[in-house]
Amino acid sequence: MFAQGFAPRRVVVTGMGIVSPLGVGADHVWGRLVAGESGISAIQGFDVKDLPAKVAGQVPAGSRADNRFDPSEYIPVKEQKKMDRFIQLAYAAAVEAVQDSGWEPEDEPSRERTGVMIGSGIGGLETIQETAKLVAEGRTRRISPFFIPASLVNLASGHVSIRYGFKGPNHSAVTACATGVHAIGDAARLIALDDADVMVAGGAEAAICELGIGGFCAARALSTAFNDTPAKASRPWDKDRDGFVMGEGSGVLVLEEYEHAKARGAKIYAEVVGYGMSGDAYHITSPSETGDGAFRSMRNALRSAGVAPSEVQYVNAHGTSTQVGDNIELSAVERLWAEAGNKLAMSSTKSATGHLLGAAGAIEAIFSIQAIRTNTAPPTLNLEEPSRETVIDLVAKEAQSRKIDVVLSNSFGFGGTNASVVFKRV
Amino acid sequence: MSEVADKVKKIVVEHLGVEESKVTETASFIDDLGADSLDTVELVMAFEEAFGVEIPDDAAEKIGTVKDAIDFIEKQKAA
Repeated sequence: MFAQGFAPRRVVVTGMGIVSPLGVGADHVWGRLVAGESGISAIQGFDVKDLPAKVAGQVPAGSRADNRFDPSEYIPVKEQKKMDRFIQLAYAAAVEAVQDSGWEPEDEPSRERTGVMIGSGIGGLETIQETAKLVAEGRTRRISPFFIPASLVNLASGHVSIRYGFKGPNHSAVTACATGVHAIGDAARLIALDDADVMVAGGAEAAICELGIGGFCAARALSTAFNDTPAKASRPWDKDRDGFVMGEGSGVLVLEEYEHAKARGAKIYAEVVGYGMSGDAYHITSPSETGDGAFRSMRNALRSAGVAPSEVQYVNAHGTSTQVGDNIELSAVERLWAEAGNKLAMSSTKSATGHLLGAAGAIEAIFSIQAIRTNTAPPTLNLEEPSRETVIDLVAKEAQSRKIDVVLSNSFGFGGTNASVVFKRV
Repeated sequence: MSEVADKVKKIVVEHLGVEESKVTETASFIDDLGADSLDTVELVMAFEEAFGVEIPDDAAEKIGTVKDAIDFIEKQKAA
C-alpha cells in the first residue's frame, strides 16, 4: 500500500471554527467556557410537555457580530432548504475554520490536495421527522426532492467541498458520540499518509427535536431532574448527576501537513500527535463496566503519540454526566495514569455545552487546543460533590491556570466505539 | 398578465431565489434561472400544491420555461 521507506507526515491544526450553545467563534466560546458560563437552557423550538427532559444546549440565534448564529450569513436562503440544520451548522463552522486558516486556494492542484471529513452522529433527524409526517398523512408524493440530500450525514462534507472547490478526499465519520474524534483522527491520518495536504475535519449535530429528545429519553439517557434549573443539569462526576443534556452545534478544524503550513506562513495552533481507537464488544448503549474500552483507546492514542501518561497535563473527558459512564472513564484514566494521576487535570466541558453527540469530539478538540494555547484547564461546572474520591483534579467549578503542553481528548459512542486524540504544543 | 402567470412567477422567484425581473415568460428554469434538476422537481411540486393540479412526470419533463408552466396549468384548469 505504501512505497518503501514511506514515513508518516506531521499534521498540525491551522484553523478552528465553532458554532455552539456558548455561541460562535473559537475565542468567544473559550472565553465564556473559562468564565464558567453555561450554554444550557429550556428547550425553545417545540412543545416539551410530553417529554421528561426539557433542557438542552441550543445554539443562540442572532448575528455573527454578536457571536450568534444566523444561517443566512453563511448560506444563500435558496440553498438552506436543501440542508438539514446539522449541515447548516457544519457549513458555518467550516467557513469559520477555513477563513481562520487563510487556506482558500484558487489553483486546481492545491484544491485537489484539500479534502473534507465532517461527520455527524445521527444526521438530518429533524428533516426525517418532518418528512415522515407526510408519509403518515398519506402525502408521500409531496416528499421534497431535497429530503435525501438534506438528511444524509456525508452531505455536510459535500456542501463544504462544493463551496470551496476542495477536490481531495471527501469522507464522513458516523460513530455516534465518537464521531468528532474519529473524523479528526481519520482526517489527520489521511494527511499523514499523503492522501491530502489539508483536511477540513470535524462534526456536527442538530438532534434537538421531538424525535431526538424523545429517543434518548426512551433510552433513559437524559437528565430530567433539573428542568427548572437548566444550567445545573449537566454535572459530570457530581453525586446528583442524572443523565446527559443534549446539545447542538458544530466544530471544524483545518488540519494541515506541517511543512505545507510552514511554507505558507500559516499560524499553527497545535500538532495532532496521537490518535487511538477501540471497541468495547460489550453492549449497545452501556460502556464496558471495567472501562477496558476507554483504557485501550487512550493507551493506543498515547502509544501512537510516543507520549507517556505523565507527559499529559490535561484530559478533556467524554464525561457526559451519566450515572454509569462518568466513573468508568475516571477509573480508566486512573488506571492508565497511575501515580502520574495526581498531577493530572481532567474536566468535562459538557458541563457547560451539553453533549453535542457527533459534534462533541470536534468542539472538545478545539477546547483542548485552546487549553494548550492559554495554559488553562476549563472547569467542570456543577461539580459540587464528586460521587467518589480521586487523586485526579477534576477542575471543579472554576478554570485553573496550569502549564499545559499535551492534551488528550476522549469521545465514546453507542455501540461501544471509543476514540482518543492527542494534541501537543508546537 | 393572467392570474396564473402572476402566481407562477411568484413561486419561481420564491423557490429559485431569483430577481422578479429575470422571470420572463421565455426564461428557462435551468438555462436562465440557475435551477438544477432537483430544483425543477421541487418547482413542479410547488405548482401542484398552489394550483391544486396534478402534473404527471411525463408532463413535468416538458415544462422547461415559465411559459410552459403557465400554459400547462391554464390548460389543466380549463379542462
